Amino acid sequence: MTPRDLLPIAVVVGLLALIPLAVTANTVLNFLVFTLVIALAAQGWNLLGGYGGQFSFGHAAFFGTGAYTTAILQVAVGLNPYLGFAAGIATGAAVGFAIGSLSFRSGLRGSYFALVTLAFAEVLRILANAAAFTGGAAGKLIRLDVRPENFQFESRAVFYWIALALVAVVLVLTRAVERSRFGAQLVAVRENEAAARALGVDVLAVKLKAITLSAGITAAAGGFYAQYFLYLDATIAYGPWISVEALLAPIIGGLGTVFGPLVGAVALHGLSELTKGWTGGVPGVDLVIFGVLLIVMVAFAPSGAMGLVRRLAQRWSRPAAARDSRPETAP
Amino acid sequence: MSLLAVEGATKRFGGLVAVDGASLTVEEGSITGLIGPNGAGKTTLFTLIAGFEAPTAGRVLFQGADITREPAHRRARLGIARTFQIVQPFAALTVCENVAVGAYLRHAARADAMAHAQAIARRVGLGSLLDQPAGSLTVAGRKRLELARALATDPKLLLLDEVLAGLNPSEIRDMIPIIRSIRDGGVTVLIVEHVMQAVMSLCERVTVLAQGRVIATGAPAEIARDPAVIEAYLGHGAAARLQSKGTAHA
Repeated sequence: MTPRDLLPIAVVVGLLALIPLAVTANTVLNFLVFTLVIALAAQGWNLLGGYGGQFSFGHAAFFGTGAYTTAILQVAVGLNPYLGFAAGIATGAAVGFAIGSLSFRSGLRGSYFALVTLAFAEVLRILANAAAFTGGAAGKLIRLDVRPENFQFESRAVFYWIALALVAVVLVLTRAVERSRFGAQLVAVRENEAAARALGVDVLAVKLKAITLSAGITAAAGGFYAQYFLYLDATIAYGPWISVEALLAPIIGGLGTVFGPLVGAVALHGLSELTKGWTGGVPGVDLVIFGVLLIVMVAFAPSGAMGLVRRLAQRWSRPAAARDSRPETAP
Repeated sequence: MSLLAVEGATKRFGGLVAVDGASLTVEEGSITGLIGPNGAGKTTLFTLIAGFEAPTAGRVLFQGADITREPAHRRARLGIARTFQIVQPFAALTVCENVAVGAYLRHAARADAMAHAQAIARRVGLGSLLDQPAGSLTVAGRKRLELARALATDPKLLLLDEVLAGLNPSEIRDMIPIIRSIRDGGVTVLIVEHVMQAVMSLCERVTVLAQGRVIATGAPAEIARDPAVIEAYLGHGAAARLQSKGTAHA
């Protein structure tokens, strides 16, 4: 990675970090923190789905595992929440590795992989709803104890900055992956598995690495969610809503791009908040917006907002870019 | 010792025997041809060598070591690279990025891999198209891309599956010196090909496959005269008819 690779990330994160200095309303900060949590979960999805082409419909499995691990370890065992958060990431990654091992080893691809991940998430949701140690249907409450060393803060701005820092770390991580051998192999697997194998890419190992990393990131979003809202139940943690959010944001923002998930999450939730404001909170209007936006993007900008930006930038920078694509004659 | 030896390879798909006890050797530094009529099992034998299918029976030896059970990606690491008859570009990536995937096999750092990829792309005549998306290439361009990607893995043995198929005569003329220069650069080549003009001018040795069996092996000129080969291509009794008309050496 060169400084040039990191500059856009530094600029974007720097600007976002200034927001709490200008806006102090709790509702706005609440909205921003929630959007960043979605962005983080989506960044995890994007590594596997956007770069690796393995579309998971069950990232809730990782989000929920991260959330429950963080919550249960501090409530039941009394572990420090920061350690619980780290353990949540590790457990989420482990669940990712396990689901990946089972499904990729059996050669599941495309819609089969999507369905299997959906099934895993649903099974975990049902188990979490039934088991005693997750609090069952009553859910899990984390005791309010506002102390910084307890990962609980008086000010929502601090939560916002922590969420932003997590998103920033993953932005850098994603950029690093993009610029690495692993990233090139991951994209090669997405584009054509047979060709990748012929070029010495261990397809299974690459997929497993991707799903483990992806699950770890989405688990971090779950752990942070638990710590911010201090309450979990099976539908929040393992419900399909987060699986959908995690895949919608990158699709809207730009699959397999560094900023795609963040742009998508901000666009989706920004728009739905705005329409809620305009319509005076008609129930379900945000879902209508999600649907319309998805249809419009898939139809007119299949490479997402980032792809749209890139295309416009190219049109600006070199209007007569239609270069000859015939190979030269032999030397 | 041959660089590559296939010993009695058999591949069954259900009731169909695609390759039936085929044996062949490829000597280091040679260009060896594998020819045969349609459906002879050439591509199947090829996939057995490249590790994309496991043989039902028989062995594949590379530099004397048994690699029959090695998966494709590990064979690539050992130094066996293949191209695909039906080109398989990473369509969303640029030409350079496509080749870099191959280059990453022996170059861990991005800068090294990219530099190696560019050098290889220039070698096969894709130097001016480095930043084009692979999906926008012509057929001839895609064939070269297949070649460049395989070459970027620094193979000892390059398996070319009909890299000339679908090209027009002038494009074939451009491609032949590239393949020859690859061999002169120290890479052994095994080529499956339908374009006979190319096989005859490129290959030192040719193995002929028909109905899954090896029916002849030898220099191209001998092969062209071999009655069994002529019959495999033109049907039973063809050799005798050609002989009687005195045109067997055409």
